Amino acid sequence: MHDVGWKVGGKQGEGIDSTGEIYAIALHRMGYYVFTYRHFMSLIKGGHTNYKIRVADEVVRHHGDLVHVLIAFDQTTIDENWRQLAPGAVVIYDGATFQAHLPDGLQAHLCDVPLTGIAKEAGGAIMKNMVSIGVTAAVHGIDPTAFLPVIQDKFGKKGEAVVQANLEAVRQGYAYYRSHYDVSIPMPPLPQQRSSDHLFISGNQATGFGALDGGCRMLAAYPITPATEIMYWLIEHLPKQGGVVLQAEDEIAAVNMAIGANYAGVPAMTSTSGPGFSLMMEALGLAGMSETPLVIVDVQRSGPSTGLPTKTEQSDLNEALYGTHGEIPRVVLTPRTVEECYRFTADAFALAERYQVPVIVLSDLYMGMSAQSIDRLPREEVTRDRGRRMSDEDLQALAPGAYVRYDDSSPTGISPRSIPGQRNGRYVALGNEHNGIGLEVEEQYIRVAQANKRRRKLAHFAHQSGVSVDGVKDAPFALIGFGSTHGVLEEARAALARQGLTIKHIHLSRVAPFPAEDMMAALAGVERALVVELNQTGQLADLIRKEVGFHDVLSNCLKYDGDPIELREILARAEQVFPTGVLQ
Amino acid sequence: MSTMKDFKAEKPTWCPGCGDFGVLNAMQRAAVALGLEPEDVVVVSGIGCSGKMSQHFGGYGLHSLHGRSLPTAQAVKLANRNLTVFAAGGDGDGYGIGMGHFIHAIRRNIDITYIVMDNHIYGLTTGQASPTSDVGSQTKTSPRGTVERPIEPLQLALSERCGFVAQAFSGDTKHMAQVIERAVRHRGFSLVNVFSPCVTFNKVNSYEFYKEKLVNLDADPAYDCHDRLAAMRRVAEADNLVVGVVYEDTEQPAYDDAVYGYPEEPLAHLEPRLSDAMYEEILATFR
Repeated sequence: MHDVGWKVGGKQGEGIDSTGEIYAIALHRMGYYVFTYRHFMSLIKGGHTNYKIRVADEVVRHHGDLVHVLIAFDQTTIDENWRQLAPGAVVIYDGATFQAHLPDGLQAHLCDVPLTGIAKEAGGAIMKNMVSIGVTAAVHGIDPTAFLPVIQDKFGKKGEAVVQANLEAVRQGYAYYRSHYDVSIPMPPLPQQRSSDHLFISGNQATGFGALDGGCRMLAAYPITPATEIMYWLIEHLPKQGGVVLQAEDEIAAVNMAIGANYAGVPAMTSTSGPGFSLMMEALGLAGMSETPLVIVDVQRSGPSTGLPTKTEQSDLNEALYGTHGEIPRVVLTPRTVEECYRFTADAFALAERYQVPVIVLSDLYMGMSAQSIDRLPREEVTRDRGRRMSDEDLQALAPGAYVRYDDSSPTGISPRSIPGQRNGRYVALGNEHNGIGLEVEEQYIRVAQANKRRRKLAHFAHQSGVSVDGVKDAPFALIGFGSTHGVLEEARAALARQGLTIKHIHLSRVAPFPAEDMMAALAGVERALVVELNQTGQLADLIRKEVGFHDVLSNCLKYDGDPIELREILARAEQVFPTGVLQ
Repeated sequence: MSTMKDFKAEKPTWCPGCGDFGVLNAMQRAAVALGLEPEDVVVVSGIGCSGKMSQHFGGYGLHSLHGRSLPTAQAVKLANRNLTVFAAGGDGDGYGIGMGHFIHAIRRNIDITYIVMDNHIYGLTTGQASPTSDVGSQTKTSPRGTVERPIEPLQLALSERCGFVAQAFSGDTKHMAQVIERAVRHRGFSLVNVFSPCVTFNKVNSYEFYKEKLVNLDADPAYDCHDRLAAMRRVAEADNLVVGVVYEDTEQPAYDDAVYGYPEEPLAHLEPRLSDAMYEEILATFR
């Protein structure tokens, strides 16, 4: 694989995101695979923000450790990001704005380009972002006209004059760099093969698309970073399919709305992040107890409490597994990729209706907000199921009032639902312990029978999520992770294998019901495993110990400073954990 | 045509003499008068003595969480607009833990009927002060008398321009049934606050107390229930002790009439499938 890293940074409100997005889409449309990562703060104007793009000639699942071209709109951008500069990197700054300086001894080229001055000549200071894209094009030897289609998409509504001015800004930036500097950094070769789809999509968009395709027709949600983009996406697309997006007054309302709609026969979900997810805990129990299908998407961010609202983490694992008082059956999916964000969210609706349980999809900020190039979405693999339902004929065939919604004699524990409006299908869905027709009771034998019925439902759970193993199947060393770290762990595995370590990568795309058998098989014969997760206490490692043991085999690699984990951080920890001497 | 019998379920577990019997009876009468079929009615209740309503009323039921009957009921209605949806709860459920949802249900204006069994006390937890307890009420949690002022549900609803505001009394189920019938007919969110005495834990706000004090606005030919400011004044002058339809505004569009893209056919009846053509159209936006 060949790749380069590009980053633009400055104050929030300077158009950093749109600069990054224009450049990323342009590269994507040229045929490259890009992976983007937005670093931002919980404020609107000021502060430091940056947009990282990794460009490659094959699919990349991580934003990469290195930056080869850095566009710095202020010194803070250099101070915050110089550690990522690759040897020989180009740093572009505007000497009319500030005098840039790099740490002593750093091998990088500081290039002063009058970004704002060129932009003013082209038609307005606001276009300094476009000038910087032109400069980048010059560094990489990309023809500036390649940006025209994206500029037309972005500014076409504002008229041809605006389009031409922006294109001119790109051209002038290109020309200036060409005539003043000769450092160039080659782009990776264009990918040899490229699928016809070649999509540029984020985890949040894929989650929204998955929900729509999986049958979701109501989203009730409360705005929260980093999950709000799911709401935006569905507001655009759900009404066209006869669906509704309800902006709830809080997350408690949101989750109860989703329960109400599901009870009445409409697949519905709520999307949120940690603080909202915490508010949903009581209702999670109601869905479990009343056997009402429910889908919750938790796009995790750094906790606890308000935490770091715009930073990533994988620390809601325990809450997803154990949250709510009492005991309920639940499914917790942890998609590894944006493709799985789409597919697992779609599947979540089928699983929720098939097993009549809450299904939690655990994504995170890193995956949710990182737009990236992928080949295609696995639509043909989506599970479609409306679950066991009483038909009108089934109900008519019963004596009046004879329908038993919560029939505890069901061998699978799953008893067919009726939907309000259906004749002779009356029952009460409730959070109290109840008998077959949904009346609250306290008799011990009924309590136990109903609790056992609920628990039985997942005994034969089947879904194509679970454990994946990449690399040498019977390797003595393993990397382990869940969810969004799959991409970087694959890179770590490849890097360690190149250094001579016999290694595999075990990854969990589902944590409940826990795929214990497959995990036992994956861990059999492993002498040392490094469990990589973005939290402070090693929640995944604890879960593995609880479910399958291997206490003496597991070591932790933890990160919880808010930033996504870098490849070199994993490799540094691997060097400590795996036997010295094996690694070169 | 359905009859009272069709709306009867299991024998209620309320204390003998509980005001909630009257509410159940009035809801059943209203359902019959409206010509509803039991399976087309959903009662979504919260938690408390009032929360048992979903089990005692002979329609579909959803006994939800404490304070959460409103969000749940609103979604049931949006999921299937053919259903008649009641949210039912008590003063603790609706004006305490669930108060936030009340205001937002008013502004959202989804076509449901909210019945609050207001007894000024927490009954099922055996007698603690509630958000509508009068100042000075002596309860288990206010042995020396409450010091917080009570919520005034009617004024709150009126100030938020609730499209239908009414009050009723468990001692007159015939009148309450008429009020509920009008509330259900109203297109949009309707509030019926019911003085529903707790005979076990509240000896002050009794049947006798209300019988003596309540004024029936429906029986007053001079009262105009379409004048919001006059309604607020009248309720204030009567110290909230009125029954009948206090206010109705038929001009406000209900949520489902106003929101973009909401289909004529009940959502629950639509096959939730994305066509291949639509899938491809969306896919193209990611290229």
